[in-house]
Amino acid sequence: MNTLKRILTLLLVLAMLTAALCGCKGGKSGKAEKNELTVGIAQDLDDSLDPHKMTAAGTREILFNVFEGLVKPDENGNLIPAVASAYTIADTGDTFTFTLRDGVKFHNGATVTVKDVVYSIERVAGKDSEKPLIAQFSAIESVEATDDKTVVIKTKEPYLEFLSYLTAAIIPDGSNPADGLVGTGPFRFVSRKAQENIVLERFADYWGTPAHLEKVTFKIIENANVLVTSLKSGAIDLCAHLTATQAKELGKDFTVAEGSMNLVQAMYLNNAYGPLTDARVRQALCWAVDRQSILALVNDGMGSVLGSSMYPAFGKYYNDLSGYYTQDTEKAKALLAEAGYENGFDLVITVPGNYQIHVDTAQVIAEQLKAIGVKCTIQTVEWSAWLENVYKNRDYQATVVGFDTSAAMTAQSLLARFQSESGKNVCNFQSAAYDAVYAKALAETTEAAQIEDYKECQRILAEEAAAVYVQDPCDLVGMRSDLTGYTFYPIYVMDLSRVYFTK
Amino acid sequence: MTVKKSHNNFIIGCCITGVMLLLILLGAFWTPYDAEAMDTAAKMQAPSFTHILGTDNFGRDIFSRVLEGAGTTLFIAVNAVCAGLFFGILIGAFTGWYGGWIDEVLMRIADVITAFPSILLALVLISLLGSGKSNIILALSLLFIPSFARVVRSEYAKQKELDYVRNAKLMGVGTPRIMFVHILPNVWPVLLSSIAIGFNNAVLAEAAMSYVGIGVLLPDASLGRMLSESQAFFFSAPWYALSAGLTIVLLVLGVGLISDGLGEWDNA
Repeated sequence: MNTLKRILTLLLVLAMLTAALCGCKGGKSGKAEKNELTVGIAQDLDDSLDPHKMTAAGTREILFNVFEGLVKPDENGNLIPAVASAYTIADTGDTFTFTLRDGVKFHNGATVTVKDVVYSIERVAGKDSEKPLIAQFSAIESVEATDDKTVVIKTKEPYLEFLSYLTAAIIPDGSNPADGLVGTGPFRFVSRKAQENIVLERFADYWGTPAHLEKVTFKIIENANVLVTSLKSGAIDLCAHLTATQAKELGKDFTVAEGSMNLVQAMYLNNAYGPLTDARVRQALCWAVDRQSILALVNDGMGSVLGSSMYPAFGKYYNDLSGYYTQDTEKAKALLAEAGYENGFDLVITVPGNYQIHVDTAQVIAEQLKAIGVKCTIQTVEWSAWLENVYKNRDYQATVVGFDTSAAMTAQSLLARFQSESGKNVCNFQSAAYDAVYAKALAETTEAAQIEDYKECQRILAEEAAAVYVQDPCDLVGMRSDLTGYTFYPIYVMDLSRVYFTK
Repeated sequence: MTVKKSHNNFIIGCCITGVMLLLILLGAFWTPYDAEAMDTAAKMQAPSFTHILGTDNFGRDIFSRVLEGAGTTLFIAVNAVCAGLFFGILIGAFTGWYGGWIDEVLMRIADVITAFPSILLALVLISLLGSGKSNIILALSLLFIPSFARVVRSEYAKQKELDYVRNAKLMGVGTPRIMFVHILPNVWPVLLSSIAIGFNNAVLAEAAMSYVGIGVLLPDASLGRMLSESQAFFFSAPWYALSAGLTIVLLVLGVGLISDGLGEWDNA
């Protein structure tokens, strides 16, 4: 009786195992024929799907496929006309004239008219709400359609960089994205299931080169390890933002494309929390960290070390401060002692657990800070909890994440959040000097002077140690070896319109 | 025949548990490497003489981490079981001895608690309390109280009718003394196997919670967390997952065998 039972159990286990293994293989078949792609993403898009209201980089990178502005960024960081076919900027620097492209269609089939453009710009500028939905749009003086092909936007002051913000999505006149997402991008939004997936479909009437893929499903997998195993098993076909260790695990059946994540990854410090209110303590943390070895441990040395809130892809705006702090434990200890913390202090680092790269970085930093007596515990939280507690309520001590350029590729998109009064000042950074230089930069009339001011802003951030800046992580995208065409941008987006199956 | 077999289980169980305890004790005072020290030059190394269980993705020595992680797990399990046992005995003793409506109410509450899958309840408690060692202990011990209380209660209900208790009563021995000095020692044999099962559940629950990331906080080592971190490298660094997994298996197996042995001993 007993033996029989055992044999039966064994058989059952074997049957289950084979079933499980067959399941692994089964996932792969047929997708290439159907031209459908499943992409694994680490977080749900629970900030907002409204293209004018979204805040999370992870949301932006997906909706990039659905919405377009008058202009859109290309892979070299330039702005190319999108819904507009051409634009001119008056010499005074405060008037932008756009000519609409012929025959651009919305996903609902309607053709884009100047009315839609004016409505969209006014919506972002806050015509219906109290505040502009994107802060920079408060600069707008007027939006006017001069004829049925031309829209003129005037700003209150000369504001050359404003063009970058006109990547803001164009939506149909009178529509509210809460009632359905309608844009002009290469993909059409189909559905979203909270905590499960987001489905996009190819938009056949796209004005530009249409997408290759018929359908893209973004599958939400809020566990970094499961993401990798899902990729390996064929449950997902493509996954971006892998760490080097994860990418290595994929083996020869996968292509790994290497680019840059275009994030300023840092241990952001709550400048209003206890010991961290003292700039010397924050500087001590900067001196205690060895950024090179973080890169080596987390990403096999790939990525670029950062010293302030800007990354190299910004070219002329980038002030290379990566050598501003080098690891110097003695100096760090001296600074701590000066500030009255000779025995160190306890620090809780809150990290969104769905991003392996941030969790790994936090672990290395925690280990390095031990040398100066700062005892760290790492609290991994879910993405939604992070958004709520850290980002919105600023109820945290330190956090490791990456900030992207938000709406546009301008220097200010990475620097604005450090103004004392900014609504996005997650660090609670307070510096009169910084506010002054930043305000000066905005008011400059020549580009050269503006660049100098922005560089000075970066220097102040480094000097006053608003955060422990770490790196612009290398972006490793793992995908099935029969996929190709993945294009990297100098901003945090995932352009799937060019991805296709080779077979 | 049966007697011999029961000894075997018990002896093997004791050996495994003994070795594990010795290693964990050793780990509390000395590990071959600092369990948290990272080494860029030694990432993902296979087991060798320098690192007998290899290294992880940060170049940390896995053997040292296993020792420390097992220590953490053991600490949590022992504390959770002790706390659960303490309150379980108190509640079980009173309800079993006095009976009545308090008994009814408390036992129905216990029913409610046991009706939920324990891991689910633990998750709820942890999300209310926040993660961390002490909160896991608190959550687990709360979950263990009903099972201990139930065992103790039924024993007390049985024992209180026996002659030695009646004699003690007639001789004027105080109730607390009868409950905890006279009866309790007689409850122990039955309790022992519950304790062993409880301990194993605690080890597994801690591992499960750390595995899903709501247990022990980083950078503390924990077997469950190691298991979850290692699964991403399962094929390139199998030693990582195996070290953590086998340690859990051995811990649970050892105590499980002891409890089996004890059970068969009683039956023999």
